[in-house]
Amino acid sequence: MTFPLSRRTFCTLGVAAFALPAQAFALTDGEARRLVQTLVEEINGVIDSGRPESAMIAAFESIFARYADTAYVAAYALGADGRSATAAQKRAFSDAFNTYVARKYGRRFREFEGGRFEVQGVRAQNNYFEVPTRVYLRGEAPFDVTFLVSDRAGRPLFFNMYVEGVNMLLSERTEIGAMLDRRGGNIDALIADLRRAG
Amino acid sequence: MGAGRAISLLIVVAAMAGCTAAVPDPGFNDPYEAQNRRVHAFNTSVDEGIVSRAGRTYVAVASPTVRTGVSNVADTLSLPRTVVNQVLQGRLLRAGRNTLRFAVNATLGFGGIADVAADMGLEHDETDFGETLHVWGVAEGAYLEVPFVGPTTQRDLAGSVVDIFLNPLDPRLEPGQRRAKLALRVLDKVGERADYAASIDSVLHESADSYSQVRLMYLQNRRYELGATPPEAVDADPLALDTEGF
Repeated sequence: MTFPLSRRTFCTLGVAAFALPAQAFALTDGEARRLVQTLVEEINGVIDSGRPESAMIAAFESIFARYADTAYVAAYALGADGRSATAAQKRAFSDAFNTYVARKYGRRFREFEGGRFEVQGVRAQNNYFEVPTRVYLRGEAPFDVTFLVSDRAGRPLFFNMYVEGVNMLLSERTEIGAMLDRRGGNIDALIADLRRAG
Repeated sequence: MGAGRAISLLIVVAAMAGCTAAVPDPGFNDPYEAQNRRVHAFNTSVDEGIVSRAGRTYVAVASPTVRTGVSNVADTLSLPRTVVNQVLQGRLLRAGRNTLRFAVNATLGFGGIADVAADMGLEHDETDFGETLHVWGVAEGAYLEVPFVGPTTQRDLAGSVVDIFLNPLDPRLEPGQRRAKLALRVLDKVGERADYAASIDSVLHESADSYSQVRLMYLQNRRYELGATPPEAVDADPLALDTEGF
């Protein structure tokens, strides 16, 4: 439902990504945790800002672009259907999908007003880290949002999140699959729909 | 209802759920999908025509304070059922905390209107007989959509039926009080529908295949709640994916 890094951390990471070949970058639990820490600080800032919906969506889009592994997220969401896509279609899908995600989840930010995310810890998995956070909303029982972080792209980025156990990326793959079915498998039509959806 | 009846009902239910075990992994066990989809379409129209409208009306007439009070009383009245289930699950510490929570809210919280126990560190902690069945080793069974009820599984449906008879408070209530208790629960649900209106609308009325979305969300969330390993977690390497070009 959400995502974000301070400008300084982001720049540092950017420099690191350029300075080192991707393979040489070994993600540590501390880095994974810091990524999510700065991410949730940015989210908390947006939630607190009380800005209008359109501004929140724009803020979210920027956060998503900087903290999420957008290539992975798009490739996963398109799933097996992506294999037949041309390079231009992949590119266009990726752009449309990431904007769609920002719009869809950015809109929910309104419901989070006055709330905050808190990082709970970090757990190592095979080749990525899970960073559990707890979300406190006014007058609600707190709930769990877990971010999955890897340095697959050469720097720490989150590539999925679970909201109370629900795999959001799998949910989006399901949604994209259904949208594509509705269009008889036509990827260009799907991309056009995506630009209007969310 | 007597304990004897409860237990025989429970055995029937456990046997029912047991028969239908088999292969929930790797995805969803949904052999009744065609039927479920018909029920889903019906439930979606009920939501649109009745529940979501009722939610908007409720929010318009009742102040947030009143709605919180309704929610709290509904929660307090369901606590004895949670305590019974936690005892059956062998979670005696949590059953004890919830007993205390009930006592505190029923007295200091003016009959449950105020959730003072939460301020004392006794947070909301609910369970049901579906979870009890899970603790006892009963498998999830098939995914189901039930008219007016929504998404469930064979195990959770069986649990909901047993829960109707499991609250030790109910036999002590007068018929009028029982109706009031039901009314509070319905109002609480209607209020929740309104509170999460945007999220629920987006899933139920805006997604390309709301049936699949609801099934995925219900099953994954329920398994998470129960501490059952989600099948995707078994996925050795979620990063093994060709992202070239994206």
